[in-house]
Amino acid sequence: MKYTKYITSAAGLLGLGAILVACTPAPTMKTGYDYAIPETQAMQDDDFSNPAFVWVDIGEEQWSTVDGEAGKSCESCHGDASSMKGISTSYPKYSAEDGKMRTLQHQINYERTERMKAKAWKWEGDEMLGMASFIKNQSKGMPLNVSIEGEAAPFYEAGKAFYMQRRGGLDMSCKNCHMDYPGVKIRANVLTNGLPNGFPTYRLKWQKIGSLHRRFRGCNSNIRATPYKQGSDEYTNLELFLTHRANGVAVETPAVRN
Amino acid sequence: MANKPRVKVPKKAKSGDIIQIKTLMSHKMETGNRKDKKTGKLIPRKIINKFVCSFKGKEVMSAVLHPAVAANPYLAFYAKATESGTFDFEWTEDGGKTITASGDITVS
Ligand code: HEC
Ligand code: HEC
Repeated sequence: MKYTKYITSAAGLLGLGAILVACTPAPTMKTGYDYAIPETQAMQDDDFSNPAFVWVDIGEEQWSTVDGEAGKSCESCHGDASSMKGISTSYPKYSAEDGKMRTLQHQINYERTERMKAKAWKWEGDEMLGMASFIKNQSKGMPLNVSIEGEAAPFYEAGKAFYMQRRGGLDMSCKNCHMDYPGVKIRANVLTNGLPNGFPTYRLKWQKIGSLHRRFRGCNSNIRATPYKQGSDEYTNLELFLTHRANGVAVETPAVRN
Repeated sequence: MANKPRVKVPKKAKSGDIIQIKTLMSHKMETGNRKDKKTGKLIPRKIINKFVCSFKGKEVMSAVLHPAVAANPYLAFYAKATESGTFDFEWTEDGGKTITASGDITVS
């Protein structure tokens, strides 16, 4: 660790930093899975012992369930769920209709309210988390690949600013923990890069599956900062920044974490 | 959330094989020790307190569960395959409600 730091700073001093970066392909970042204890990894590895699949099953059931005034299910228009393969890797995605970014969960509710004429699902409800994990699971193993070009650029900048901003009673930013100290112990936890690639994730602490924005709320509260709402613009832009940071990292949904 | 069981029984086995059976029940396993944040009152205990697996009416494995067992209890165990038939699974909740599932095996 120390040795690498020394080399990078020396190279930086000589103005070689940029060249070094350009020559070395970025290794994919370690995910929460890599830092987890073997028992937790084993739970995630086996689709059967992974309790998150209870929700994936709910999503699969909902996929073909007719609901709303249009008398349609997701399946009526999209056919087999394998048609969703790869789709989630590019979310959050810019929507011209909304004039802002949409997470996959926003898109799911758009499908329900606009195309099915059905009621929107609650952000943290079993059906929503089920559908989101079922769709993301179709892309398991595929690299995250969000775009921050064009219309998405200002939203990325807003997300980045949020990530870097110190806040709360402890006056800390996301960066202070997840960029500065991955691998370091904090109370009973080992800090990781704080990546979004396994969400919705089954947390042993929650004893159920939860959304990425729920995790954001937890990380904000832990430093005694006021959390934002799930699905808010703030958290959506933050998700864009975080996902772009993890571009290239394979989807693990549904992951298991402590 | 609805309490939905998941079970996995190997579809095929040779006579005498030791097979693994896996079960997972989606259940909150409310311990009875938590308080409702709004009212301050204890939330009554509601857990799966018993699990039984049987084959052709004969008990293969049973377990008594306690409040310390985490939500969504996962149980995996082994049995000897002797003949084709159906494994029946039954979970009993506090209050007496039961939830059942089954899985078939063909033994050659
Ligand atoms: C009335 C037909 C219809 C129904 C019902 C419907 N969709 Fe869609 N959906 C579309 C169309 C059309 C598009 C836009 C074109 C495309 O990308 O396929 C779309 C787009 C999507 C996208 C975005 C694809 C992308 O490339 O970003 C997702 C995700 C999606 N639908 C999921 C669902 C889900 C989940 C349901 C059920 C809750 C559902 N849809 C129900 C017609 C439908
Ligand atoms: C005081 C340190 C601290 C701060 C500040 C913090 N987190 Fe975390 N975060 C943790 C810990 C500890 C965990 C659990 C272990 C881990 O995955 O790092 C965690 C987990 C996560 C995870 C889950 C990773 C996974 O693999 O499932 C994400 C995503 C995350 N944090 C994002 C954020 C964001 C975004 C912010 C800023 C709003 C933030 N965190 C601020 C400590 C922090």
